[in-house]
Amino acid sequence: MATLQLNNIVKDFGGTQVIKGVDLEVKDREFVVFVGPSGCGKSTLMRMIAGLESTTSGDISIDGQRINDVGPADRGLAMVFQSYALYPHMSVEDNMGFSLRLAKVPRAERREKVLAAARILQLEELLDRKPRALSGGQRQRVAIGRAIVRNPSIFLFDEPLSNLDAALRVQMRIELARLHEELDATMIYVTHDQIEAMTMADKIVVLQGGVVEQIGSPMELYHHPRNRFVAGFIGSPKMNFLDIEVRGADAEGVDVALPGGDCRVPVEGGDAKPGDTLTLGIRPEHLKLDDRGPLTGRIVVIERLGGVTSLYLEHGDSEWILVADGDVAHRVHDEVRFSFDPACAHLFKGDGTALVHRHRHPLVDIDRKENRAPSASEGR
Amino acid sequence: MNPSMTKKLLLTLLAWGIALIVFFPIFWMVLTGFKTEGEAVATPPSLFFEPTLAGYNTVMARADYLKFALNSIVISFGSTLLALLVAIPAAYSMAFLPTKRTRGTLLWMLSTKMLPPVGVLMPVYLLFRDMGLLDSQLGLIVVYMLMNLPIVVWMLYTFFKDIPKDILEAGRMDGAGTLQEVLYLLLPLTLPGIASTGLLSVILSWNEAFWSLNLTTSDAAPLTAFIASFSSPEGLFWAKLSAASTLAIAPILIFGWMTQKQMVRGLTFGAVK
Amino acid sequence: MRERTSGRTVGGFRNLFLQGPAVTLLLLWMLVPLGMTLWFSFQRYNLINPMISGFAGWDNYTYLLTDPALWTAMGNTLLLVGWVLAISVIGGTLLAVLFQQEFFGRGIARLLVIAPFFVMPTVGALVWKNMLMHPVNGVFAWLSNLLGLPVIDWFSAMPLTSIIIIVAWQWMPFALLILLTAIQSLDDDQVEAARMDGAGPLAIFWFITLPHLKRAISVVIMIEMIFLLTVFAEIFVTTSGGPGLASTNLAYFIYIRALLDFDVGGASAGGVIAIILANIVAIFLVRTVAKNLET
Repeated sequence: MATLQLNNIVKDFGGTQVIKGVDLEVKDREFVVFVGPSGCGKSTLMRMIAGLESTTSGDISIDGQRINDVGPADRGLAMVFQSYALYPHMSVEDNMGFSLRLAKVPRAERREKVLAAARILQLEELLDRKPRALSGGQRQRVAIGRAIVRNPSIFLFDEPLSNLDAALRVQMRIELARLHEELDATMIYVTHDQIEAMTMADKIVVLQGGVVEQIGSPMELYHHPRNRFVAGFIGSPKMNFLDIEVRGADAEGVDVALPGGDCRVPVEGGDAKPGDTLTLGIRPEHLKLDDRGPLTGRIVVIERLGGVTSLYLEHGDSEWILVADGDVAHRVHDEVRFSFDPACAHLFKGDGTALVHRHRHPLVDIDRKENRAPSASEGR
Repeated sequence: MNPSMTKKLLLTLLAWGIALIVFFPIFWMVLTGFKTEGEAVATPPSLFFEPTLAGYNTVMARADYLKFALNSIVISFGSTLLALLVAIPAAYSMAFLPTKRTRGTLLWMLSTKMLPPVGVLMPVYLLFRDMGLLDSQLGLIVVYMLMNLPIVVWMLYTFFKDIPKDILEAGRMDGAGTLQEVLYLLLPLTLPGIASTGLLSVILSWNEAFWSLNLTTSDAAPLTAFIASFSSPEGLFWAKLSAASTLAIAPILIFGWMTQKQMVRGLTFGAVK
Repeated sequence: MRERTSGRTVGGFRNLFLQGPAVTLLLLWMLVPLGMTLWFSFQRYNLINPMISGFAGWDNYTYLLTDPALWTAMGNTLLLVGWVLAISVIGGTLLAVLFQQEFFGRGIARLLVIAPFFVMPTVGALVWKNMLMHPVNGVFAWLSNLLGLPVIDWFSAMPLTSIIIIVAWQWMPFALLILLTAIQSLDDDQVEAARMDGAGPLAIFWFITLPHLKRAISVVIMIEMIFLLTVFAEIFVTTSGGPGLASTNLAYFIYIRALLDFDVGGASAGGVIAIILANIVAIFLVRTVAKNLET
């Protein structure tokens, strides 16, 4: 049982604000991912929650208790470091049991708890080894095991998978998700990798320059980005942007001018007036090749991935990325026409904020648990 | 034979040739220590001879040799222990609790090393005379401690800096207080570094010759002074001198060989790793 | 100062408490003798003649600076430092490259070649004096005889050269030790890339290895300079500065003034000159090391 509240958190490093007033509510058993480009403050924010960095102003509370002045060990949290931070001179068992030893837990009880955690992570065989005799993935599991032994109310993960190779990363991602089910704990996870964020999170917090850009479920961020930064940051390849002129706007939609004819995007027009310039955003996977489409481009590069093909297009001084299916036969230098479903398009004002879509995407409020079959070991 | 093998053989010949020439004086000294006094001065010098421990026996039998050796041990280890005691807290705070002033403090410490001993010989001599520290173990211990303190702080600082901050933070998350952090994490992790720092300080104190020759006469004189007493023409007992010298440098040579890698950092104030 | 890192208060207090002893001791060690040296250098002060006393003004300095012996000693100091530096840096660099190569018994050969650095200066000097350079029983004399060459009486014929040889024998291994460590941090990829670009061994040494060693070499030069400016034991046990002043350097000159002539004022003035000399070098060393601290 643990909830976490951040209330207008500010961090000031010798005059420069790296966290500029963050509010956040983490519910019990929620998996929250902090994501953002490097230097956005996501790690600092986590370290403040852990108690490894002080808070310049604002309140951090766990279950309603303000913990700003509680030491890191007494907050009831456990952290998995990016470098794993295993104690190199201790065996796996001693690594995992170190916190219990400091808390003067009797040896037998300590061993029992370590064994229980080792069983969850299949580390029983490795308990006598030193960290240097372990592979990257095993070290990772020991670091997680060390956190589990503490039986924390909240787990903190600081880019835990970034030192693993690609295949292992996928495997650990699944293992972490399984662990979340099994431990049923609140977890906060920092990453710069949007795939980790999209696949594991209940709730994603997108940070940039010490400011929260948007908080929401993965599908909400994908389908309803609040601003141009989030739209560009979530999704790969990146969303296409094109400055366009407004023809007309009302509460039902906005008419915009395109090279091959006008189109109506179903967003709330707000104060947009004819003649205004807005930015149109369309994800590469929402563009489709269409001989009668309103847009044209010349192919510059083709990346064939087998299942899908990415086409890099040029038109005047605008560039487009289009993701088509794997069987596209076009060649470089071909002129192609393409179109999109206006319901998938986004419109951004000059200050970057998005015009609100009229219809919410049906998958936005889906629960993470609905994406996974319940694990066999549990009777729920 | 393939060309790379020929090259390797030539390199072996060249490098070993140079190594043997450079090492020859030490080798010759060790050899002479096992000769009789007659053989030691023989021309042509004898390479093959009946080895004898006579030189060593005479040296060991002289009561004052043991006194000099004991002085060397007490002074170099005493000054090293004191230096470590003062330097460990300082290096800890510089490495793990750095402030804007840390850099300046470190560089200032380095700069105190630049004060040539001859420049301050007079005042130190007079102060020691007035405080009764001339020709005392304590006097040299204090001088050597101060002489080596900057190097010791620097070396420890570079070793402490190498400990990933994450590990100490993980310890903090696990509930370690300052004392436990130092006891359970820092010391076990940096023990090799602390040991080689200590050894370097012992070596430098053991071999130091300016202060020991000028501040001691007999009671507290270490081995450097004992060996120097052989410089007078009437003291030409080469086999004994060689035996005594071998005894005096053997432990230090072994310490030096053991810690050469880490020592480079201390000697260059971290500029070469 | 209310900054906190890592969840701990980094007050001025904590650091003051931890660094205080080290800083205080070094501060005393630096300021007290320095102040006294400066003070003495302006005093008439002789240990065996208490009648000589009082303020001397610049007398000690003028007396010292007009004494040809000081200039001889200075000249000897510079020759000693210059030659030993040249031998140890050039020799050390070449040997570092040689001992970096693959060959049989490399580990042991390396240990042998750095050994002289760990030998007590008094021992090293005496071994050279008595067993190698001795005009009758020395190994060199025997070798000269063997080759039919005239025997050299090293310490009377070329005292300063002899001392330079001994000191260089001790300090060249130091340069080698440092440069060998530095050379090992040279990225293999860089060398291979140069080889791909068509560089031969000489070109690699000149364009890759030497630039890589630049900082290590400058550190070696400066550290050796600080020690070499005050070489003492080697002279003390071999020539005692003679014959005449032929092998007297600044350190030995001050020692004669201080503990043989008991002229505290004059010795202190000499000390001040030595300090000034050393500090000129020190400024450069501190700068080089400071650069390294930033990374």
